[in-house]
Amino acid sequence: MSTPLAEKYLRVDRLPHIWCRGCGHGTVLGALMRALDEVEADMDRTVVVSGIGCASRAAGYFNCDGLHTTHGRALAFATGVKLARPELRVVVITGDGDLAAIGGNHFIHAARRNIEMTCICFNNHVYGMTSGQHSPTSPRLSLAPTAPYGHIERDFDLCELARVAGASYVARAATYQARSMARLIARALRQQGFAFVEAITQCPTYYGRRNRLGSAADMLRWQKEHTVDVARARQLDPAELEGKIVVGELHRADWPEYTRAYAELVARVREEGTS
Amino acid sequence: MTQVQAGVSQGRRVALTGNEAVALAMKQVEPDVVAAYPITPQTDIVQYFSSFVADGQVRTEFMTVESEHSALSACVGASAAGARCMTATSANGLALMWEVLYIAAGLRLPIVMAVVNRALSGPINIHCDHSDSMGARDSGWIQLYSEDAQEAYDNLLQAVRIAEHPEVLLPVMVCLDGFIISHSLENLEVLPDEQVRAFVGTYRPDVWLLDAARPVTMGPLDLQDFYFEHKRQEAEAMARAVPVIEEVAAEFGRATGRRYGFFEAYRMDDAEVAVLALNSTAGTARYVVDRLRRRGVRAGLLKLRVFRPFPQRALADALEGLAALAVMDRAEGLSTAGGPVFVEVRSALYDRARRPLTMNHIYGLGGRDVGPDQIEKVFDDLLQAVECGEVRRPVSHLGVRE
Ligand SMILES: Cc1ncc(C[n+]2csc(CCOP(=O)(O)OP(=O)(O)O)c2C)c(N)n1
Repeated sequence: MSTPLAEKYLRVDRLPHIWCRGCGHGTVLGALMRALDEVEADMDRTVVVSGIGCASRAAGYFNCDGLHTTHGRALAFATGVKLARPELRVVVITGDGDLAAIGGNHFIHAARRNIEMTCICFNNHVYGMTSGQHSPTSPRLSLAPTAPYGHIERDFDLCELARVAGASYVARAATYQARSMARLIARALRQQGFAFVEAITQCPTYYGRRNRLGSAADMLRWQKEHTVDVARARQLDPAELEGKIVVGELHRADWPEYTRAYAELVARVREEGTS
Repeated sequence: MTQVQAGVSQGRRVALTGNEAVALAMKQVEPDVVAAYPITPQTDIVQYFSSFVADGQVRTEFMTVESEHSALSACVGASAAGARCMTATSANGLALMWEVLYIAAGLRLPIVMAVVNRALSGPINIHCDHSDSMGARDSGWIQLYSEDAQEAYDNLLQAVRIAEHPEVLLPVMVCLDGFIISHSLENLEVLPDEQVRAFVGTYRPDVWLLDAARPVTMGPLDLQDFYFEHKRQEAEAMARAVPVIEEVAAEFGRATGRRYGFFEAYRMDDAEVAVLALNSTAGTARYVVDRLRRRGVRAGLLKLRVFRPFPQRALADALEGLAALAVMDRAEGLSTAGGPVFVEVRSALYDRARRPLTMNHIYGLGGRDVGPDQIEKVFDDLLQAVECGEVRRPVSHLGVRE
């Protein structure tokens, strides 16, 4: 798996990775790597911050400084990194449980502040690391070890949540469209402000098996059949979009970015004096 | 189907992991509410329990919440409303509950929680040590430690009675070693469902929310005027737990033949040197004591089962006659003065005219294995101290690379 790109962006001595056969997390990692290459990221000025979970293990594979933190808190730690060193590029890797369950609070506040960082959520619809319990993104009535007859809670639309909370950039991609995922992540990396990419990924081991979705290849086929590009989605009516996942760049807005606004405030107060 | 899922109608010997034993005890108690969030190595306690709920084997309201903070908060809410509640967690899950631990204890809510001991991050580690429950030792929870799956099962049943006793009304933590006990299969004796039901009885709180005839507010602002009195009452409740823990153990012993106290003194009567340990290490130490006894060493073991309330006087009685004592701490208190168990045990001996030389071995952090040979090394340290009449290294780290 040692390609020139991997040699440049990954700690190839840490490979092979820990993920199960058929897991889509490696595809997302690859997309992020290509995106970093596309924006010519200086890995000496890039920090990858992650929480806890299968997804969060991705941080350890990147050939740059990293902070592997606690479950749910990656964005809070990343906020500290960015405030201390606003010139650094901060990439946050998280899972759907990490980001939307235990860490949901930090998600909405990072988006609301619009602090510049790229947050990539590896959404496999379960808590993979703890063996597949349902998460806030598991589709309603899907099966999980703690919900053998289907769980009754409604699921979050993470992209919508990021948008309404104030994120500058919001996109969704699935591992089936790995190339377009890389492009969308690259755009997120270029965005001023809080940029969020939801990467839909397959967990054949827990989610797939329990919900009888077949092999990893079957799950990718499912993605192919159930994703609709945002441009096409705009032409469809809600009934046609029922059960579909809209992918592509969903939102972009140039809100004031937090660390810049902070620096401006400091400069202004210094100039005008306190009194 | 595992034996847990099959259910037990008669007392019998079954092979269960520590986590299965805890889940079975929870099933037999059939609490009104269980709220939890998964974390290794606690996860399958809740997963087994959720299957009992799903299969209609218990009528418990089971809630999968979004974090441990929410899990214990939900238990506090349910308990305040008069329900019998349980949860389970490990390591960072317990750390995240920290704020609510004090709420549960301060509001005097008799919640029972299994803590599957795991090292606290960071760095992240999933294996056993006691940094999690030791960090919660001053939160007002009663703490029971379990050597094996049998004791975890027995402790959980007794915990319900202790917590809900009207003289106590404090939450109880039942601790067991992550992986070492939680994931190892062991033969144990379980009680018939009816016997458990009879033993734990029905929880009848004195006050509860939503009692329209007697509206109450729990947890309101409590400043300089009464906060102190309430804390003093909590301390008194902890003291009243002492006889209650003994009574409950005695009743449990009559019913099962398995006798428990605040601690077990193993071959301590004529012991010259002894180690004091909690949880699974006590099992290893017991084996080493036997081995040394065969070689003529007057070795003993003090297995501490109840750390909160701390049995200061009884411990001092049991330990004062030794020539030397080693306290085993599976948590680095990072105070530079020794681990949490050591500090309290040594303080317990302070008032005694006769007291042993004491030393502290910090061991097994992050799941580092501690086998009989290492415990034997601790006894070597003790014998050496007795010989030269002093302790050269009061606090040392056992089995660590230098
Ligand atoms: C405070 C705390 N609670 C629980 C856990 C256990 N835990 C580790 S990862 C995880 C869920 C991970 O799910 P997700 O974020 O969706 O990532 P995935 O593993 O599916 O990639 C949980 C519950 C923990 N580490 N810390």
